[in-house]
Amino acid sequence: MTPTLATPPLPTASPVEKLTLTVVAGGLLALMLALTDADPARRQTWFYLALGLVSAGTLAWSWVKFGQQPAGVQQHNLWLRASSSRGAVAWVTGLVLTGFYVVLYWYSGDDGQGNFGPLNNLVHALDGFSQWLRARPADQWFLYGTFYTLAILLMGARALWKYRHSRYQLIRTASVMFFQLAFAFLIPGLLQFFQQPEFYFTYFWPLKYEYLFPGTVTSLTQNGGLGVFMVFWGAVMTFLATPVLTYFFGKRWYCSWVCGCGGLAETAGDPYRHLADKSRAAWRWEVRLIYSILGIIIAVTVLLWVNFALGSTLLGEVGNVGAKWYGFAIGAVFSGVIGVGFYPIMGARVWCRFGCPMAAYLGLLQKHFSRFRISTNGAQCISCGNCSNVCEMGIDVQQYAQRGAPIVRASCVGCGMCSTACPRGVLNLENGPTAGRHQASQLIHADSLRILS
Amino acid sequence: MHLVIIGNGITGVTCALAVRRLSPTAQITLVSSESAHHYSRTALMYVYMGHLRPQDIKPYEDWFWTENRLALVHADATALNTEEKLVVLANGTTLTYDQLLLATGSVSKLFDWPGQHLAGVQGLYNLPDLAAMTRDTHGISRGVVVGGGLIGVELAEMLHSRGIEPLVLVRDARYWGGVLPPEEANLVDRQFKENHVAVRYGTELREILGDAQGRVRAVVTTAGEEIACQWVGLATGVAPNLALAQTCGVETDRGILVDEYLRTSVPNVFAAGDCAQHRRPGAGEVPIEQLWYTGRMQGETVAHTICGQPTAYRRGVWFNSAKFFNLEYQTYGQAPAGPAPGLESFYWEHPSARVALRVYFRSAAPHAVVGFNALGLRLRQAVCEHWILEAATMATVVAELGKANFDPEFFPQHEPAIVQAFNQAFPQQAVVLKRKKGLFSFKN
Repeated sequence: MTPTLATPPLPTASPVEKLTLTVVAGGLLALMLALTDADPARRQTWFYLALGLVSAGTLAWSWVKFGQQPAGVQQHNLWLRASSSRGAVAWVTGLVLTGFYVVLYWYSGDDGQGNFGPLNNLVHALDGFSQWLRARPADQWFLYGTFYTLAILLMGARALWKYRHSRYQLIRTASVMFFQLAFAFLIPGLLQFFQQPEFYFTYFWPLKYEYLFPGTVTSLTQNGGLGVFMVFWGAVMTFLATPVLTYFFGKRWYCSWVCGCGGLAETAGDPYRHLADKSRAAWRWEVRLIYSILGIIIAVTVLLWVNFALGSTLLGEVGNVGAKWYGFAIGAVFSGVIGVGFYPIMGARVWCRFGCPMAAYLGLLQKHFSRFRISTNGAQCISCGNCSNVCEMGIDVQQYAQRGAPIVRASCVGCGMCSTACPRGVLNLENGPTAGRHQASQLIHADSLRILS
Repeated sequence: MHLVIIGNGITGVTCALAVRRLSPTAQITLVSSESAHHYSRTALMYVYMGHLRPQDIKPYEDWFWTENRLALVHADATALNTEEKLVVLANGTTLTYDQLLLATGSVSKLFDWPGQHLAGVQGLYNLPDLAAMTRDTHGISRGVVVGGGLIGVELAEMLHSRGIEPLVLVRDARYWGGVLPPEEANLVDRQFKENHVAVRYGTELREILGDAQGRVRAVVTTAGEEIACQWVGLATGVAPNLALAQTCGVETDRGILVDEYLRTSVPNVFAAGDCAQHRRPGAGEVPIEQLWYTGRMQGETVAHTICGQPTAYRRGVWFNSAKFFNLEYQTYGQAPAGPAPGLESFYWEHPSARVALRVYFRSAAPHAVVGFNALGLRLRQAVCEHWILEAATMATVVAELGKANFDPEFFPQHEPAIVQAFNQAFPQQAVVLKRKKGLFSFKN
């Protein structure tokens, strides 16, 4: 572009908005105190004060920021604020998140005496709550689950205010909040309370790869009726429900309505959705990576089962070593450290777009065996680019819309933001007959121009 | 064949793409003084508001042009020699052409207001305008917008997004009085009010006052009111950009005169889009069309003629769309702002004053539908166009309204309320709602 546009001064935040942000900052300070205070009783107080202040501050800020404006698309200064345009604030946030994941994954294991490394104080601050929910003391994963769920609920509330003009977004946001709280937090906790295996009914192979590993299957089935049901549930969801639901609704039934990774992306990651790279180069990386990872996890799973069936005689430890490395490289580094740590830099769907084998599987189904598509409304597109901008999966939606073509892409998670953000009402998520699913609009398509009639 | 296109806006680029498709071997050169790459003019406001970055409003990535063998020349075309088929560029070089398309777009229209050349007074049409607006609204407290059309409301929204107080002067007694009926204009006015944007209706600009530094300090309206401001946006329309056409023998009037094949008075020179003026516009059509959509259609049409498939320009069923702050607007077919002979209309408005639908139909039985205005609800263009072309009756359209519903899933469905209102207003035509939209919007 020729003229350089000076970055203007941003409108100053109102005193009320500053106050709410100060409350959040106070909460983060209290969290630091909880982390460092030597006195157990006091750090428990700091910890719950931190949660209270962060929660109250975030909710109040969302209300001031979005709830006080007329309902509608609220994107002002998105690419001008440092926090949402890869500025200094974003890099610091990214570093803190990445650092948290590194500490959580590799330096917070129980040393055998109930010490959880640098996060120890925070973990033990949750002992009481963990006892109440799960009838056992907290560990680093319970701390993580609590933070994760809280992030989805608080930032979910923000999304509800921000997108309150769209019922699709309201219902979808409520759905991810519900599935995280109930199925990824409370139910696994309650299962542990009743001495049952910790099980997540909303995660399936190949995302939760170990659920169909021989080791998990054997140990679950030895656990009695409920364990058998869990194995059955996991297999049915992967091999039967996933193709059927994806046929009718596209992959959105999972990725942007149910999945916890998607839930975090849609709520805590919403301020970063526009950061997804829309270039063709990024799309090529996406295809290379995601299908390779799907291939690897299938291979590892098959190896493990072959080993299992043959009593580990033929292939030795190859399967187990593969599973271990997959767990490290993909399960931890890619989905956690990069997937969430890089939110403020690469957008919230890095894992879902480039790494998740479940998304790859759902995507293949969506592309080839589904009734789902995003329809383009005739010739109404003005090529403004708002749809591509808000696509967290990095789809250049505009390329389809400006040609009058429907969007049928493996990666689309059906969040519906392109439709919400479109200023001309051009895009709509629809399920319909598969015949003619790729049919472009007669009103614009180059080869069947109505101006030739 | 070497096709040279002057202008890389939507018209020029659409023509280039269509020619590339129709004639894979053609040599195509796009010349633009404004920008190195095609960008979407309609998206300028989103860059100002920080929704998008400047690079985000390029509809195609930069590799697209080389891969499709579309040569881009970023230079000002200063003169045309149609005898020798030469375009002279400001950088001293010349381009020879076999076919030439003038797609030079528009310039902002000025009405010789005193003070219109003061610093901080501008229109919003191109990238330099956007840069000027970004610079001149830096840190100001109030801007006055002159004009009650689409760009007027955009400018108001832009200023508002930066916390700058906009004040809009509208000549008509209501917003966009030449296009919107009073009820629709009232809903737009609600948007102004909701966003605390002051509007002076029935008021025009008389004079712009400057300070000692030659910067705008106030405007004076035709009502005699002096309004202090630091910036003035002129949104009173655009006029064809004739600068290049007037350097040669191409016949011009208000625009570059073209026949129905978009041919100018000079052989092998075509004109399309904002800058073209049709010698014989179709019935009910205007000679100069300054819309994104018509620019695209003209670009596509002229490409066929250039490639030896002479194709007359037919606009088809009229359509347009806009967004006024948070209110979306779509229109299809004939949708006059006031009473029109032989036409009637049915208007429904939701109690929230955020959703409305007007259907225009012929007064004579069987009341064929001729047009739609939709505010705050999305209509399916293909269905509306089909109804208009088929002269579907009002009874059919109202009963099958769900077919045209393009709102997202789970959105409130207003068809029952609309049918009820219709049956009350036109009991002699009363209908029963046949087609609602299903929950999961199964395609019709």
